[in-house]
Amino acid sequence: MSSPRLVVNGARKQFPGVLALDGVSLSLAPGEVLAVVGENGAGKSTLMKIVAGVYTPDAGEVQLDGQRLHLMGPADAIHAGITLIHQELNLAENLAVTDNLFLGRERTTGGALRVLNRREMSERTQELLARVGLPASHASKRVGSLPPGEKQLVEIARALGTNVRVLIMDEPTSSLTQRETECLYEVIDGLRAAGVSILYISHRLAEVKRCADRVIVLRDGRNAGELSKDEITHDNMVRLMVGRDMQNYYPAGRRSKPRGAPLLALKGLTYRGGPAAPISFDVHAGEVLGMAGLVGAGRTELSEAVFGIRPITVGGVQFEAKDIHIRSPADAIAAGILLVPEDRRLHGLILPQSVGFNLSLPNLDRLGSTRGVRRGAEREFHRTWIDRLRVKTPSAVQPVGLLSGGNQQKVVYGKWLARNPRVLILDEPTRGVDVGAKEEIYTLVDELAASGVAVWMITSDMEELLGMSDRVVVMHEGKMAGELSHDQLNEEAVMRLATGGGAA
Amino acid sequence: MSRILGVLMLLVGLYAALLITVPEAGTTRNFFVVANRQGFLGIITIGAALLILSGGIDLSIGSVVGFGVVLFAYLMESGVPPFPAAALVTLSGSVIGLINGLLVTRLKLQPFLVTLCGMFVYRGLARLLGGSINLTNVREAHPEFTSSLESLRLVLVGKDATGAIVFPVEFAIMLLLAGIIGFFLHRTAYGRYWYAIGHNELAAKYAGVNVNRQRVAVYMICSTLAAFAGVLLLLDYSTLRSDNAGIGLELEAITGAVLGGCSIRGGEGTIVGIVLGAMVMPVLNNLITLNGLGSDIIPVIVGLTLLIGTTVDELIRRRSRVNR
Repeated sequence: MSSPRLVVNGARKQFPGVLALDGVSLSLAPGEVLAVVGENGAGKSTLMKIVAGVYTPDAGEVQLDGQRLHLMGPADAIHAGITLIHQELNLAENLAVTDNLFLGRERTTGGALRVLNRREMSERTQELLARVGLPASHASKRVGSLPPGEKQLVEIARALGTNVRVLIMDEPTSSLTQRETECLYEVIDGLRAAGVSILYISHRLAEVKRCADRVIVLRDGRNAGELSKDEITHDNMVRLMVGRDMQNYYPAGRRSKPRGAPLLALKGLTYRGGPAAPISFDVHAGEVLGMAGLVGAGRTELSEAVFGIRPITVGGVQFEAKDIHIRSPADAIAAGILLVPEDRRLHGLILPQSVGFNLSLPNLDRLGSTRGVRRGAEREFHRTWIDRLRVKTPSAVQPVGLLSGGNQQKVVYGKWLARNPRVLILDEPTRGVDVGAKEEIYTLVDELAASGVAVWMITSDMEELLGMSDRVVVMHEGKMAGELSHDQLNEEAVMRLATGGGAA
Repeated sequence: MSRILGVLMLLVGLYAALLITVPEAGTTRNFFVVANRQGFLGIITIGAALLILSGGIDLSIGSVVGFGVVLFAYLMESGVPPFPAAALVTLSGSVIGLINGLLVTRLKLQPFLVTLCGMFVYRGLARLLGGSINLTNVREAHPEFTSSLESLRLVLVGKDATGAIVFPVEFAIMLLLAGIIGFFLHRTAYGRYWYAIGHNELAAKYAGVNVNRQRVAVYMICSTLAAFAGVLLLLDYSTLRSDNAGIGLELEAITGAVLGGCSIRGGEGTIVGIVLGAMVMPVLNNLITLNGLGSDIIPVIVGLTLLIGTTVDELIRRRSRVNR
């Protein structure tokens, strides 16, 4: 093996109340793709931010090509050749692609006046776009008008423009469709061939298997193990991450039970701003109906229409075979139709407020009268749901934004479960949730279905779709592309429908 | 682009209404008076708009203008000749901007709060320095300043010794400033940074932009222009009171910026739009006053104009989003 491009030695980082990293080391060869996996809170993001100069380690060092680095900020790291492509995309969406590619390192003339040299930048832009497989006509488009996958490629193009030596990708595929993800893999393969070293963080273990040369696993801020290319298997990774064997975290056993009567039925529904094609399907009591489709297939929008957020224009919704009129989320909630939204940080939770506040919010009608909330009953209510869902929080007064993603998601479930849902719409139920919490959420969803709740689960995670669904509806560009029963369910069939291929 | 067209049409409409309803408004003198006011308002609007498009806000503009007025008179009464006094006042604006900017960037205080406090503090300082401000007092205390004061007045606000307007110099100054600032905004790396910071500060930071330095610079530009506007205001009006000189100008400046296409959310706006936006209110004032409607109706009309303008803009924006 040639001398390592990047070495991290005994990195340690203490935050108030948390020791995020406790002596983590890694080394990365030129042109190697090293995946870093671990549960949320294992220290992956902190480690990446230290390498990228966002944080300064309390102890330990970072070496690039044998030189010890003293990074004072992301600008220093970029200058040294280390670029972080962040989980939340870091582009200025109001600016054009070219402007973003050169943000912070514009080609300028006129000395301190820094007059932009537009010709040089646009020529360079063409080269960079070609390297990530984007059309040259994208140069003058506003970044805000591009789909998520292309934004990601713009970020990579930007990094390439800095003569990057180490590229750090933090959950690069979390907002990408399957096809965009494939594009990304191709770009990664190209970068690897060009000698760029890549640190790749992902929760999606199938992806890690696909593109990593080596895997290191972090657990509780320490190195938990390392897997070479031929040792990378799903089970090996999960075992190191959680420190125990987890054969199958999808609950089985309920499958044999018959499903109940249709509880929720969409009858030729279209909604404002949506596609013209009417949508019809049912969700039965006691089943998990998976809904697959590429990002942008209109799944979230459809669920929002049923939940009363988007006005329904044609058709309607039946509940227990009777027409109901849902004009607002309050109507839906009153009917027992509840939505766990895609973006919990935006729509699901009030982050600075406490766990208890969030749990109480949709349940205040049951916790008090017009004279006020009954404090005792509320405390009891908080205790019950924190215990039942095993939310890891020091107390009910902890701000929910300080919890890990999985525990935040459990709070979103808690606030709805207390209302005894009849129909539960889950939009990306485990996005950004670590493996341990995922398992708990799956068990919970399974129990709910077994108790007769109709679960409509929208997911982009193929494993989750296959593992959890009794039946799957696939959407493609706003239309229903097809339905798959449990026996017909496999990855190929789903992808064929989702990409507009039609049923086999 | 549609935004510039919109405000341009509004402006043309207002001028047309002015000339149709009040034919005698078409005198050179009236146009000069309106243009001077547009120039004055434009100068502070440019500063306010830069802050808004880079994601900040400055509520202290009016107080800084008032402080500039009082400090200018105070310095001259204390024996500082008019030209250096004007320069010192402008420099004091830079210092105020530096303080605002450092409080926002170093102590990470919210811009709204910092400049709200500034609004009180600088108004208070102005009132402590003097009550009623009059250029006559300056001339009486220092008769030797009279001639340079007159030439400063001619150079900066275009009024001769009798107080008659010769040329709308304030408008010319505004255009010059717009040219310089516009060059920075649209042709240099700095402008890119301001837009990027206004839309997504983190993105700019992760791209290696020294965000804090850029933000401080924009606060300094804004307050410098406001203090300089204080000099212009005193030269223009000769007699002012420290408790209301420039009061409420921050809101007029923000109104101009928004009419001109700046989004309060940051990241949007063009120099041409800003200049056109700043030109609206003085014409509107003139139209109302010359129609004998009385000044009491002005705030209502201003408020409604802004409300209708932003509503139309928002509707257009929503439609284009749906169609995309």
